[in-house]
Amino acid sequence: MALVDDHAPHAVGHADPHHEPGFLGKYVFSQDHKVIGIQYGFTSLLFLFVGFTLMMFMRWQLAFPGRPLPLLGALFGQTNAPGGIMLPELYNQLGAMHGTIMVFLGIVPLAVGAFGNYLVPLQIGAPDMAFPKLNMASYWTYFVGGVLMITSFFVQGGAAQSGWTSYPPLSDIAPKGQTIWLFGMLALIFSSLLGSTNFLVTIIQLRAPGLTWMRLPFFVWAQFVTSFLLLLAFPALQAAAVLQMMDRLFKTSFFLPSGLVVSGQALEVAGGGSPLLWQHLFWFLAHPEVYVLILPAFGIIAEVIANNTRKPLWGYKSMVYAVTFLGFMSFIVWAHHMFMTGMGTVMSTFFQTTTMIISIPSVIVLTALIISLWGGSIRFTTPMLFALAFLPMFAIGGLTGLPLGLAPTDIHLHDTYYVIGHFHYVVAPGTIFAMFAGIYYWFPKLSGRKMSEILGKIHFWFSFLFINGVFMPMFIQGMAGMSRRLYDGGASYSHAQGVLEWNKVISMSAWGLALAQLPFILNLFWSMAKGKKVGDNYWDATTLEWAATTSPPLAHGNFAQVPTVVRGPYDYSLPGAPKDFVAQHEG
Amino acid sequence: MEIPYNVEPRPDTGLYNAKLGIWLFLASEVMLFGALFSSYILLRTGAPVWPMGRELLNVKLATLNTVILIASSMTMVMSWASLKLRDFAKYRLYMGLTLLLALGFLVVKAFEYGAEFHHHRFPSSSMFLAVYFTLTGLHGLHIIGGMVVNGYLWGPGAKMWKTDPERFTNRIEVAGLYWHFVDLVWIFLFPTLYLL
Repeated sequence: MALVDDHAPHAVGHADPHHEPGFLGKYVFSQDHKVIGIQYGFTSLLFLFVGFTLMMFMRWQLAFPGRPLPLLGALFGQTNAPGGIMLPELYNQLGAMHGTIMVFLGIVPLAVGAFGNYLVPLQIGAPDMAFPKLNMASYWTYFVGGVLMITSFFVQGGAAQSGWTSYPPLSDIAPKGQTIWLFGMLALIFSSLLGSTNFLVTIIQLRAPGLTWMRLPFFVWAQFVTSFLLLLAFPALQAAAVLQMMDRLFKTSFFLPSGLVVSGQALEVAGGGSPLLWQHLFWFLAHPEVYVLILPAFGIIAEVIANNTRKPLWGYKSMVYAVTFLGFMSFIVWAHHMFMTGMGTVMSTFFQTTTMIISIPSVIVLTALIISLWGGSIRFTTPMLFALAFLPMFAIGGLTGLPLGLAPTDIHLHDTYYVIGHFHYVVAPGTIFAMFAGIYYWFPKLSGRKMSEILGKIHFWFSFLFINGVFMPMFIQGMAGMSRRLYDGGASYSHAQGVLEWNKVISMSAWGLALAQLPFILNLFWSMAKGKKVGDNYWDATTLEWAATTSPPLAHGNFAQVPTVVRGPYDYSLPGAPKDFVAQHEG
Repeated sequence: MEIPYNVEPRPDTGLYNAKLGIWLFLASEVMLFGALFSSYILLRTGAPVWPMGRELLNVKLATLNTVILIASSMTMVMSWASLKLRDFAKYRLYMGLTLLLALGFLVVKAFEYGAEFHHHRFPSSSMFLAVYFTLTGLHGLHIIGGMVVNGYLWGPGAKMWKTDPERFTNRIEVAGLYWHFVDLVWIFLFPTLYLL
C-alpha cells in the first residue's frame, strides 16, 4: 500500500533543487540511498557484534560447563545465571538469538541493505533508488524489528529459546519472548519486502543509457537475484509467523498435533495441527535465504577480484546465467533440511536430486572466479586478501554441504556440529570475509580516505587463522556424532567424550577472533577521521560508482550529469589502451 | 536530480516505476496467500474429518459480500477511467463509492464474525474455524489497508490532481491494481471456505 503513497511531498522537494533538508532529514530520516546505506551498515555491524557476543558467552559454557562466567557472569542476573553459572534456559536464548540476530539483523541487512543501497544506484548510474521514501521506511522498519528482538531479552521468561528455526510445538508453548520474536520477524519481513521491491524496480527502471543487462557489473546481478529471492521467499515465513502467532495468541493449533502432553499434562487445544507444516514454510524461506546470504558476497568478490587482477572476469556471462539459474533452483530444494522428519523416500529422493543440481551453479561461479586469477597481475591489497581467502573458505563450506544434501549421509550428520561447521564456513569466512573485502574496497568511495593497509593486514591474517580454529574442529566433533544443541558441550554425552577437548580450542579461537576484530574497529574509525586522502577513483576501477565524485553529495543526485555507458563492466588491460583500465562510460 | 520514469513509462520496459513496483509487491502477496492456501490444503488432507463450510458459515452473506467486492472493483476502474477522461467530480464519486462498498464488506463480515462468536465458535474451537478466521482476518486487514490508501487518495491526496494530474492518475491505477488483487483473493477464499 505504501507503494502508492511513496513520494508525495517529494515532488515538492524536487521543484526546488536548492532545498536543503535539516539535520534530521539529512542524517536521521534521510531518503538518500547513500545515507540509508551507511545507516544500514553501522546498524548491522553493531548487530553482528551483539550476535557474536552472545556466542562468546555460549562458548564459555561449552568449554567450561558449570563454571561461573568470569567478570561478566553477574550481567545476566540471579534468575538467568545464579552465581554466574548459566542456566540451560539462558543458554537456549543465547543460541536462538545468536542465529536470529546474525542472519536477519546482521548479515542480510549488511549485504543487501548497506552494500546494495549504497552501491546499486551508483553502479547503474541512477540518481537514487526508485522509491526513496520506501527506502527510508525499509530501514526504520528494520530498526524497529531489531529493537523488538533485543527487548525480548528483558521480558518475563526471556527471549526466544526454540532455536533460530523456532520449530513448534516447542516454540508454540515457549514463554512470551517468542511472541515478540514473531512480531520482530514480521517487521523484518516487511522491511525486506519494501527493500527488495525497491531494488528490483531500481535495477529494471533506472539503468543509465547504454547500460544493457549484459553490461551490468556482476555485483548488480547478484543483488538483482537476491532481491527476487527476498521478495518471493519471505512471504512463506510471513505466513508461518502469522499462523504461529494465531497459535500463541488465539489458541489455535495449526502446529499442535492432537494428544500433545507437556510436562505430564495433556495440552488443552483443539489439536489436529502439523509441526511439519512449520518446517516446510520455514525452510521455503530459509533455504533461499542461504543464497540471500551468499549471492551479494559473490558480487563483492567478483568486483574486488576483477579490479585487483587487472583483467576482465573470466566467464562473466556464465556467472550471470549461473546465479539466475541458482535463484530459480533455490525454491525447490528446501526439504533437504528435513530428511530426518520421516517425510518418505520419494520426497527425499526428489529433494536430494535438486540439491545436487543446485550445487552446479555455485561451482560455476567459484570456478570462474578462480580462473579469473590466472594470468592476472594480482595486487595483494587488503580487500584482495579477503577476497582470495573467500574462495577456499567458501569452497570448504560448499563441499561439506554435499554429504548433508544426500539423505543417507545426512542421517548420520544431521543436527551435529558438522552442520554448524558447514554453514558457518559458508557464512562466516565466506560471506563475512566478503563483507570485509567490500568495506575495505569501497571505503575510499564513501569517505574519500583509505583504510590503513597495515591494520587491515593484521586484521586479515589473525581473523583467517582464528576463524579456521573455530570452525574446522566442528567437523571433527560432528563426524564423531556430537549433537549441536547440547548445553554442557557434550560432557554428559557418550559419543562426544573423545572430542570434548576441541571445545576449548574452539572457544579460545572464538575469543581470539574477537580480539582480531579490534584492529578493524580501530581502523574503521581512525581512517574516517585521519586516513590518507585519496582521489575519486583510488583503485583505478571501471564501474560507474567510481565515476561519481568521492563521497557523493548526500542528497538526491549522484552524478553531475547522467553517464552514458558504452562498454562492459570490466575492461581492464585492453590491448592498445593508454592506461590499464577503461571506465564503462569512456569511449 | 529528478528520479526518471516516475510518471512517464521507460521506453524499453513500457512501465512507470510505481506500476512495476506494485506488480512486484503483488507477486509477493501471491506467495503469502499461496503459502496460506497450501497450508490449508495440507491441514485439510491430513485431517480425519473436515466440516463442510456451508454448514457452519453463512453462504448467503458471503455471496452478498462477493457481489459487493466485485462491484467495488468496478467502481475502482470507473474512478480511474474518469480521471483519464479528465472528469475529477466523477472520480470523487466513484472513489467514494468504492470506499462505501469496502465499508459495506467489512460490516457484513463483522456480522458474520459476530454470529460465529455468538455460537461460541472461536479460532481455537477447531482447525476449520482456525483456518477460516485466519484467512478472512488477514484478507480483512488487506481490505482495511486498501481503504486507508483509497481514503487518502479520495481526500487529502487528491490535491495532486491540480499540480500533477498525470502522476495522480497513475496513483489511482496502482491503487486499483492492489484493490483488484484483494478482490481476487476473496474470489478464491469464498468457494474454498464456504462451498467446498
